[in-house]
Amino acid sequence: MSQPVLYRPFTRWMGLASGIVLLLLSMVASVKWGWTHIDWTSFFTAYTTDVPTQQQLVIQSTRVPRALIAAAVGASLAIAGALMQALTRNPLASPGIFGINAGAAFFVVVGTSFFAVNSLQAYTWIAFAGAAVAGLVVALLGSSGRSGLTPIKLTLAGAAITALFSTLTQGILVMDQRTMEEVLLWLSGSIVGRKVETLWTVLPFLVVAWGLALALSSSITTLVMGEDVARGLGQRTAWVKGGAALCVVLLAGSAVAIAGPISLVGLLIPHIARALVGHDYRWVIPYCFWLGGTFLLLADIGARYLIMPGSPLMTWLAGTGSTISVDEVPVGVITALLGVPFFITIARRSLSH
Amino acid sequence: MKHSITIRIPPTVSFLLDRRAPLVWMALLIANIVLFTLSLGSGEVKIPPLDVWLALFGQGSSADQMIIHSLRLPRLITACLVGIAMGVAGALFQGVMRNPLASPDIIGVSGGASVAAVAFLVFGANAGIAWLPIASFVGGAAAAALIYVLAWKDGVSPLRLVLIGIGIQTAAQGLTTLLLILSPIHTTSQAMVWLTGSVYASSWTTVHNLLPWLLIGLPIAIFLVVPLNLLQLGDSIAIGLGGAVQINRLAIILTGVALAAVAVAMAGPIGFVGLMAPHIARMLTGPAFGGVLPAAALTGSLLVITADWVARVAFSPLDLPAGLFTAVLGAPFLLFLLLRSDRHSI
Repeated sequence: MSQPVLYRPFTRWMGLASGIVLLLLSMVASVKWGWTHIDWTSFFTAYTTDVPTQQQLVIQSTRVPRALIAAAVGASLAIAGALMQALTRNPLASPGIFGINAGAAFFVVVGTSFFAVNSLQAYTWIAFAGAAVAGLVVALLGSSGRSGLTPIKLTLAGAAITALFSTLTQGILVMDQRTMEEVLLWLSGSIVGRKVETLWTVLPFLVVAWGLALALSSSITTLVMGEDVARGLGQRTAWVKGGAALCVVLLAGSAVAIAGPISLVGLLIPHIARALVGHDYRWVIPYCFWLGGTFLLLADIGARYLIMPGSPLMTWLAGTGSTISVDEVPVGVITALLGVPFFITIARRSLSH
Repeated sequence: MKHSITIRIPPTVSFLLDRRAPLVWMALLIANIVLFTLSLGSGEVKIPPLDVWLALFGQGSSADQMIIHSLRLPRLITACLVGIAMGVAGALFQGVMRNPLASPDIIGVSGGASVAAVAFLVFGANAGIAWLPIASFVGGAAAAALIYVLAWKDGVSPLRLVLIGIGIQTAAQGLTTLLLILSPIHTTSQAMVWLTGSVYASSWTTVHNLLPWLLIGLPIAIFLVVPLNLLQLGDSIAIGLGGAVQINRLAIILTGVALAAVAVAMAGPIGFVGLMAPHIARMLTGPAFGGVLPAAALTGSLLVITADWVARVAFSPLDLPAGLFTAVLGAPFLLFLLLRSDRHSI
């Protein structure tokens, strides 16, 4: 195993501190930059004036919710991915690949189309249920059979469940054309136009899950060495696994409830975190937090500029005579396209030994 | 007791055929005809089977003839052809990769074909619909080539191939979504129906676009039976027995891509047919490809006809995409294959 980049406690603390600073700077950037120009005066006084200007309204209604949501969703997906990779000892594990995002999305679409669910609270619970059901099915299927839980079986079971749920979701949308326009954007993983209330609804769950993940991190480090080792050291492995699984469901379910299925953040970030700090999950989890948050914030800023009037893509589109139906690229599309090369690299590497 | 019969057409063709195979083909053919007739007869206007056949041959009431010839028949023939193409493509891929999971959906051919087809629908539709299969073929072939290259590392391991296929499929989905979002809303809803896999709105034009590809692809596939059987023995034995392994492999993959891509172009990615049909065929006829290939074609057709029939009639007046039902059948089937995989190494 190659040595992590940051291996002394001091450099790790420094890395974490600068990481948090980076996360905060990305949030500032996310509020500051976009189609509507924001000057620093409005930026600093956005929440202190009685009569908000146009700019301050944009900050309050769009930019700040968007920055907070991106940071929370990115951090949560990354931590969920790290926990899943540790639990299954599968480097390809992540909520996207293992069907958990697709399951949560399917449940939410069923809820909105058939049961006319529209309260945020209900949305969240349904997403949790979907995440749990999909996760359970994939875990059961991936671990059944004589050879037990193998990485390849888990990944394939995840792919099968993803295919099933996403086809069903698409089918429902085809039947129910009314909701398609809005749901399509949500389904491709978007944090555009989310109300900050959505975040407040799930934030308690997220905070609990972040805390639980951190509390379990030391036990998880032991568990990664092997179940027998962990038991030999007196660990109650079932509790640790159960707790970690609960974290995954809370984190992935909340993320989908807020932003729709955003793929490959959960796969990619834990690998970067481990490259930085090694396999000590007491460090991996906090690093996933800031790396995931920063990554999604930056991807979202990129997505904004991609489709802004005057951007190369839009100029080219105008040349082809096509008009477009939305004004933002969902960040989930960006993460999917950015993440796939990493997925392939990891797949190639993990099967070479 | 001999299990197989030998077919020899001197000087070059000779292969073994499982004894069961001809019987299985007959049974599948009859099942196809029965379901075809039933599906033709059902819908808003119900037509009894006998009248269906009368109408097909230009007899019976003119209303029946109109409904069958201009509305239902092109759709059903499309379903049938798409099923055949998918079934054969799946059998070719599974054979050449010696991987029970290799199917157009899993190894990214459908994904690549979908991206290209959606791009075509969004940006190039005024070039004429006849170009759609070609766009789709290029997309499917590009995805297949990319996957093959990326999976190469001192040879291509089946596992790596499948994993990288999943990765490429994810990227393809991302691109497809991007294209959908960039397109005007009416194109989007059209493309969404198409993306779930549907033979809805097929016309005689669809049939005319599909048919030439199949008329060329299927005979080539039959010619490839001998090299396919040979490849099952492993590269070194196949080379030892005088097979041109690399060329044969390329020919098989190209034929598979062509068949899968044209099916995707015309009906969207009807999921899991390419995975299920060859497995069912193998269970019925035994492993020799001479028996499997026609059986896979007939099973594929049966699956798509049935899925389309259920999708059209069971939820009437809604006309659901057939791909919904093949996915509902196919995902558990894939999982069943996984569970069995301990015995047959996946």
